[in-house]
Amino acid sequence: MSTTALSKPLRRLPFQWRHLLYLPLILMSIFYLIPLYLMLTTGLKGFEEINLQTMWNLPKSIRFDNFIAAFQTLAPYMWNSFSMVIPAAIISSFLGSINGFVLAKWKFRGADLIFPLILFGMFIPYQSILIPLVEFMKTINMYGGLPGLVLAHVIYGIPITTLTFRNYYASLPKELVEASRMDGAGLLGTYWYILLPLSWPSFVVVLIWQFTSAWNDFLFAVVLTNPQAWPITVALNNMAGSQIIAWNIQMAGSFLAAVPTLLVYIFLGRYFLRGLMAGSLKG
Amino acid sequence: MSKNKDTVLSIALVTPSIVAVGIFIYGFIAWSVRVSLSNWKGLLPDYSWAGLKNYINLFSDPRFLVDVRNTVVFTVIFVLGCLAVGLALAIMLDQNLKGEAFFRSLFLFPMAISFIVTGVVWRWLMNPAAGDRMSGFNLLFSNLGLDFLVNSWHLTPRWGMAAIALAAIWQMSGYTMALYLGGLRAIPDEIREAARVDGASEFRIYTNIIFPLLRPVTLSAMIILGHISLKVFDLIIAIAGKQLPLDVPAIYMWQTTFDGYFFSRGAAIGILLLLSVAVLIIPYLYYTLRSEAEI
Repeated sequence: MSTTALSKPLRRLPFQWRHLLYLPLILMSIFYLIPLYLMLTTGLKGFEEINLQTMWNLPKSIRFDNFIAAFQTLAPYMWNSFSMVIPAAIISSFLGSINGFVLAKWKFRGADLIFPLILFGMFIPYQSILIPLVEFMKTINMYGGLPGLVLAHVIYGIPITTLTFRNYYASLPKELVEASRMDGAGLLGTYWYILLPLSWPSFVVVLIWQFTSAWNDFLFAVVLTNPQAWPITVALNNMAGSQIIAWNIQMAGSFLAAVPTLLVYIFLGRYFLRGLMAGSLKG
Repeated sequence: MSKNKDTVLSIALVTPSIVAVGIFIYGFIAWSVRVSLSNWKGLLPDYSWAGLKNYINLFSDPRFLVDVRNTVVFTVIFVLGCLAVGLALAIMLDQNLKGEAFFRSLFLFPMAISFIVTGVVWRWLMNPAAGDRMSGFNLLFSNLGLDFLVNSWHLTPRWGMAAIALAAIWQMSGYTMALYLGGLRAIPDEIREAARVDGASEFRIYTNIIFPLLRPVTLSAMIILGHISLKVFDLIIAIAGKQLPLDVPAIYMWQTTFDGYFFSRGAAIGILLLLSVAVLIIPYLYYTLRSEAEI
């Protein structure tokens, strides 16, 4: 990679010298954009233009053959993803908000002990709980379909959603809660009238975080769902592994699978970054 | 009186989550441990006691030993690559250049994409086919006259994991950059100014002042990236499918359990993965939460 260009000492050089940094920055930008370039240009070529030898060329004319073909194959799975991800994100956010509120502002005895135990769940390799999870889902008759997958995302999302809300509520002044108590509001009143209206930034962070991670998940999906309930990641991986579906359709399909989370990133990137930082406990 | 009622209520509100985490995380870990100590092989559960047999067998299992080596190769290249690229990008973006926000968003966008999408595209970028079927990077190198760079990528004998790590660096180095940029922004300007007044060169300011101050960021980044690399799974599946030279414990667990019905061995691999992650994460959680409490 182009890091060699950086081996000379970096200084706050005089104005015009500093601009040399744009060279490595642009080279790195190209590196990050390569996969996106391939997905988009391949997707926009007509079928007659598809040829491995010219895969790097720009399309001669803009056509949607590949996107349409990929969409026809993947549409049911994209629908599965949406109908699983949206409830999972909403339920997760409310659970996280309630937990975060109690742990930050209404500490009970043992709250400080329970919090790290919840957080640890954020880091575990899910292989260590996979067998019991599958057995359990079979026992409660939720194996194979989307509701079971929603349940898994909601429960394994509790650590990060609780963390995000707890940190946010902990940053709000104590006086807010105290004043509301003086006015005679109880726990629920304080939450509902005082904290909840202030929480929307955290709701955005957690909603898009859970949306993205559930959309991008593969492990839970591949283990817990039957083919008709597959979300997009499993279907796309299956498509890529088959010898029948051509590489150009795979590229277009990859782009379709990436679009929802990319749009979220483009329009709500600031909130996405906050979720990302919370995930390393640096929120 | 109402305070007591609220205490009861607050406990009642968090109880469902605590119970869920208790069962689905700690209960299931205990259940996995129990399965790993059994003879369960086949569709029907078999909890007959096997002691540590599954664990002992793994350490003389050639496939598991390949997995451990692959994980080490992947982890070293992935973590060092992310740290180097992330730090370099962060330092460049910390120079008050115009367009900083644009570059920052660009370097971070792979984090919004799934490992499956990344893997499917990189599978074509790193396609090792030659001649008419040549594609991806090899085709690009060949077109540019850089034929010496043409290689077999993830199908390179013994070092294929390095190519997988390259795709993973593409995905995660922007995140490392964000961690470092946060660290750089937290260093007060007065420190640099004071060093400049003392006549230190910019290079010395970085080596003697800034880098030592970034050590905690490097440590947290290493832990976060390290635990991700222990769990790497979907990226390899999407690039290469399930093939032995690119096998890792997470894939072995999945295959032996759900394709081979060797539940007890699968559980043992899962628990070993958990232990290796716990060694990294528990001290990290302990120190992070303790320093948070001190503030």
